[in-house]
Amino acid sequence: MLRQASAKIFQTLVVLVIVSIASFSLLKLAPGDPVVLMLGSEYSQDSYDELQAQLGLDQPVALQYVRWLRDFVTGDWGNSYVAKTDIFAFVVTQALPVTLTLTACAIVLAILIGVPLGVVSAVRKDSAWDVGIAAFALTGTAFPSFFLGIVLIWFFAVKVGFFPVMGFVAPWEDFWSGMLHLVLPALTLSTFFIGMIVRVTRAAMVEVLEQPYITAAIARGEPHRRVIWVHGFRNILMPLVTVIGLQLGAILQGAVLTETVFSLPGLGQMLTGAVLGREYVLVQAGVMLTATLFILVNLAVDLSYPFLDPRLRAR
Amino acid sequence: MTHTILPEMIVPRPLSRGPASPDPYLPGTPGSDPLLTVTGLTVYRGSRRILDDVSFTLARGETLALVGESGAGKSTIASALMGLLAGRARVTGQAAFDDVPDLLAITSKGWSGLRGQRIAMIFQDAGAALNPCFTVGSQLTSVLRRQLGLDRATARQRAVTLLDSVGLNDAAARMSAYPHQLSGGMQQRVMVAIALACDPDLLFADEPTSALDVTIQAQIVRLILDQTRAKGASCVFVLHDLALASQTCDRIVVLYAGQVMESGPSDVVLNDPRHPYTRLLKSCVIEIGTHDLDPPDGSVPGYDDLPGGCRFATRCPRRLPRCAAERPPLTTLAGRSLACWNPETGE
Repeated sequence: MLRQASAKIFQTLVVLVIVSIASFSLLKLAPGDPVVLMLGSEYSQDSYDELQAQLGLDQPVALQYVRWLRDFVTGDWGNSYVAKTDIFAFVVTQALPVTLTLTACAIVLAILIGVPLGVVSAVRKDSAWDVGIAAFALTGTAFPSFFLGIVLIWFFAVKVGFFPVMGFVAPWEDFWSGMLHLVLPALTLSTFFIGMIVRVTRAAMVEVLEQPYITAAIARGEPHRRVIWVHGFRNILMPLVTVIGLQLGAILQGAVLTETVFSLPGLGQMLTGAVLGREYVLVQAGVMLTATLFILVNLAVDLSYPFLDPRLRAR
Repeated sequence: MTHTILPEMIVPRPLSRGPASPDPYLPGTPGSDPLLTVTGLTVYRGSRRILDDVSFTLARGETLALVGESGAGKSTIASALMGLLAGRARVTGQAAFDDVPDLLAITSKGWSGLRGQRIAMIFQDAGAALNPCFTVGSQLTSVLRRQLGLDRATARQRAVTLLDSVGLNDAAARMSAYPHQLSGGMQQRVMVAIALACDPDLLFADEPTSALDVTIQAQIVRLILDQTRAKGASCVFVLHDLALASQTCDRIVVLYAGQVMESGPSDVVLNDPRHPYTRLLKSCVIEIGTHDLDPPDGSVPGYDDLPGGCRFATRCPRRLPRCAAERPPLTTLAGRSLACWNPETGE
């Protein structure tokens, strides 16, 4: 098991290096010379050379990459051209916590709603329940999140006035206010995910319920609820965790839209701003960060398999 | 699945040549002490009648074999009687079990205290019938704790004793093993331990050896028989091997395409089969290795194109014009019950 795990970790490191190279090339391939951008329209050749040397851009590309990677890993992400603030401090203390909180809440919400619905669907296969839940799941997946977000704001925040319209309050500073601010965005972000989870749960559960060990559990007198939620559910954890890991990319993508609609100062908003303002260093940091997040979560998913299925443990 | 003949099974039972007394276990025969009386068990899957008016009786402490080719409905009988077909098939008929008037009428909640406790089942493929995500010990102790209300420590102790008694060596260490870490034979031993955990009155063994190596098969059959006899339980074996059935069970019910063809004491049915189908089954088993193999023509017909009368009529060497049209009733003949218009004459 340790060998399997270290192989997976090594694999992940390779992927991370590839991502970092891609991320680094993004800066190189971007139109416009960063030196020119920083100097403005009026500059002398001397000041150009000076700044280029200062930024290390006169060095060979490979060396630039190594330096850049070293800086990235040690947290020296440079300053934003426009705001002149430290990117690392901004991302880690502001943007990342917002996005992580939003994503985590959306995933938890989607699991809490999606898994029971999927299980009910599977247990009452082909019943009115099943059809209704399938319709609900499909609607959720098909509904554009920006539209749903606006509808939710219009109804719950403006009409009913129960939830705040937009903005972010950190739950670790003011828990209730923070949660209130998170309900609508998390709901918006989770809708498409709920549909996904319902369908995966249902498909996996339908298959598991056909297995002889389920019949055997019924035959030895296990109560219905235990048969479903212990004997059945334990066996669908693996596909479920896999899908949640893989869909994290889509969730982070959805977070960009959701953060924009609800004006949450997260990674998504930072990235949209950076793209529009052609702040490539910021884009790069965002890309690296989201990619790393995605890869690490999927590494965690991989490493969890032996715990979820005893058959995958080394004998 | 090929027919397997184990050395110890080839020795025929002594042929009882006594006076042809009627089968004491025929449905409705007074004097027997029936544990299970099945009358007119019929199972529909859609419009197909996969079991057609099946009746048999099982006495206390008796071992009964349900024999027939694949698709004859043997396993369906066991599943129907344990209420495992709910939602998948329509079941009619009646099955009186001990003080329960009708097993077939029980709905979900009514099964508590019956399944796992008084009626248990051993499955065809133990590897698939054990939950891969839980240890052997937890699956066994959960039955003991739930059904017998034992506390954790007692249940564990009891589980180790049970595993030991079904011949699992190093039982205490095996408790923490997952099913995939055990061999097929050991898995089936664990299944036997789970099934017998609560000393059931009735045990269904659904082809318990068909997924096992030939060398292990005899051990498992012997184990199930020894264990059920020791506990005084009755046992219904689902088998497709007539020789094995006659060696191991007191009585045999021969099924074909969901209908009972012939049933009676093992030695009577095997040594003097009167139904053409039983004779055909027997010829398959006994003659392997002694004569040129003469395999029977055809196979079990699909359930969509069955004759209206006796379902064996399409393949029967002794069929009469009436066979395909009119179903023969179960009648008593020479110490067994038989459903045939033109039975074989005795030897």
